[in-house]
Amino acid sequence: MSAQTSKKAPAKPAPAKAAQPKAAQPKLTQVFDRPKSLKDVPWHFCPGCHHGVIHRLVGEQLDAFGLREKTIGVASVGCSVFLYDYFDVDVVESPHGRAAAVATGVKRARPDNFVFTYQGDGDLAAIGTAEIVHAANRGEKILVVFVNNAVFGMTGGQMAPTTLAGQVTTTSPRGRDIETAGPPIRMAEMLTTLEGASFVARVAVDNIKNLKKAKAALKRAFEYQVNGWGFAFVEFLSSCPTNWKMTPEAANARVGKEMADYFPLATFKDRRAE
Amino acid sequence: MAKRVLVKGNEAIAMGAIAAGCRFYFGYPITPQNDIPEYMSAHLPDAGGVFIQAESEIASINMLLGAAVTGARAMTSSSSPGISLKQEGISYLCGSEVPGVIVNMSRSGPGLGGIHPSQGDYFQSTRGGGHGDYRTLVLAPSTAQENYDLTMLAFDLADKYRNPVLILGDALLGNIKEPVELKPYRKTPPVKDWALTGTAGRPQRIVKSLFLADGELTVQNWKLFKKYQSMERDVRFENYLTDDAEMIVVAFGSVARILKTSVDKLRAKGRKIGLLRPITLFPFPKAAVLAAAQQCGHLMAVELNTGQMVEDVRLAADCQAKVDFYGRPPGSIPTPDELAHEVEKAWRQGGRK
Repeated sequence: MSAQTSKKAPAKPAPAKAAQPKAAQPKLTQVFDRPKSLKDVPWHFCPGCHHGVIHRLVGEQLDAFGLREKTIGVASVGCSVFLYDYFDVDVVESPHGRAAAVATGVKRARPDNFVFTYQGDGDLAAIGTAEIVHAANRGEKILVVFVNNAVFGMTGGQMAPTTLAGQVTTTSPRGRDIETAGPPIRMAEMLTTLEGASFVARVAVDNIKNLKKAKAALKRAFEYQVNGWGFAFVEFLSSCPTNWKMTPEAANARVGKEMADYFPLATFKDRRAE
Repeated sequence: MAKRVLVKGNEAIAMGAIAAGCRFYFGYPITPQNDIPEYMSAHLPDAGGVFIQAESEIASINMLLGAAVTGARAMTSSSSPGISLKQEGISYLCGSEVPGVIVNMSRSGPGLGGIHPSQGDYFQSTRGGGHGDYRTLVLAPSTAQENYDLTMLAFDLADKYRNPVLILGDALLGNIKEPVELKPYRKTPPVKDWALTGTAGRPQRIVKSLFLADGELTVQNWKLFKKYQSMERDVRFENYLTDDAEMIVVAFGSVARILKTSVDKLRAKGRKIGLLRPITLFPFPKAAVLAAAQQCGHLMAVELNTGQMVEDVRLAADCQAKVDFYGRPPGSIPTPDELAHEVEKAWRQGGRK
């Protein structure tokens, strides 16, 4: 088809149709789509929960790096257990807290596959503390996506190691008392101290600016495994409107304020850039 | 003839595993099985495999889950308290139908107990051990040679049934040093059309034990139950001088080995005593025990505990024999003469017939 008709098309679509039926159609470019790594199914997540957005960000990077067919995902226990219902990749379900150990076994047996875990704070920061610390310290070449919503979500909103001081949960009905429960654990900072961890960042998806930063951090974390550089950890602050007993808007706002105040958003370690 | 070497029972297990194609070992130090991780750390890398000393027993069994889910042959080993910690992972392996070999060179308990030989983990091994309605195959060697042979078999059975296989030895079997013939492994491991390798050229694969949809878990549990039933095909046992026996002793593992000498001594005195040695503790050789019960009406279970396998013997005997018991809690290893004395005492009292 000629350059002439192409130029004409956007301006005068109707008459051009008669002369050059095909070429004359206005050229539509799809600018937004579901990542191929995600299945076309509705989320089970509650309204206002950030899991869906975080799933999407991970799916986008799997697409961008062309990893869908090479990926083995490791699901954890909690709201994120249904990883295999959303991601069109091979998935193994691990016991509560053990995803980093399971991923270690997977990656050591299949070093050419892309291996990631997706874990909540009840899973990774409580019962799975030993597994995440040692996987990081061994420098396992895996990606850990850590979703911190400061609460045990699936079990109904109990206190997590990341629950903020004074936060009311079903097991801290008077608010978290740091005298008896200790202060909330900052996992990203803790893992940063380990020589074996190569990339550690904390991000949020509560607004467009943070979302873009989250994308960039996640992309960088993917590069660590794709290039065989080592262990990468990305902590996402997430809302949990249902268990926080808040509207989605209020919960979203809380992530950017209260949560980000205590859990600062930053890239703590990017060894290759140092 | 294959090469013969003088090795410890623990080393024979490690050698059998590598011969059978095990390339992934995950473990944590605990006496009396440390020769296994030590051997694996020295020899697996040369075989192109991976050894990881994990941060815990729990991490070890979960690393095994991760490696095995990709189709690789993987093993972990420990001793009693460590095996208790692995029960979570063993339940998940069963629930999500992932093969793997778990070695328990058991010691004495409860609690920290001691490092003496003991058969106190019989119930834990044969009843599942963790949460949920499941079984693992359990192989009970009684010599270093069997440690080697049964470890190779364990990998085949694990793959055959997509189920973990437990090798239940004890401090004695792990530390005894004797000649082992290094028979070559000749089987071809099966193609694993369920293994996670990435979706290239095929649909997604999921390995999981969570079944929430209506009725799904019922179906899964019946499926597992039928699988456990089908394991009966692989029941193994040894009959020693049972043909004309007036009383048959039932024992496994290290104590069965001692009892062989006791039986020889009693035979020399003209006592018609035989020995039935279960090699698979699950599936338990029920038919063989029933046949023994019907044959002579007098059985005797002998164990290095205060009475666990005897329950299976009584169930299998189906009230068709008197079932005596002699148990020895941890502390000392009985001599052939001591056991011969106990067996003869029971024999004198007579059986059902």
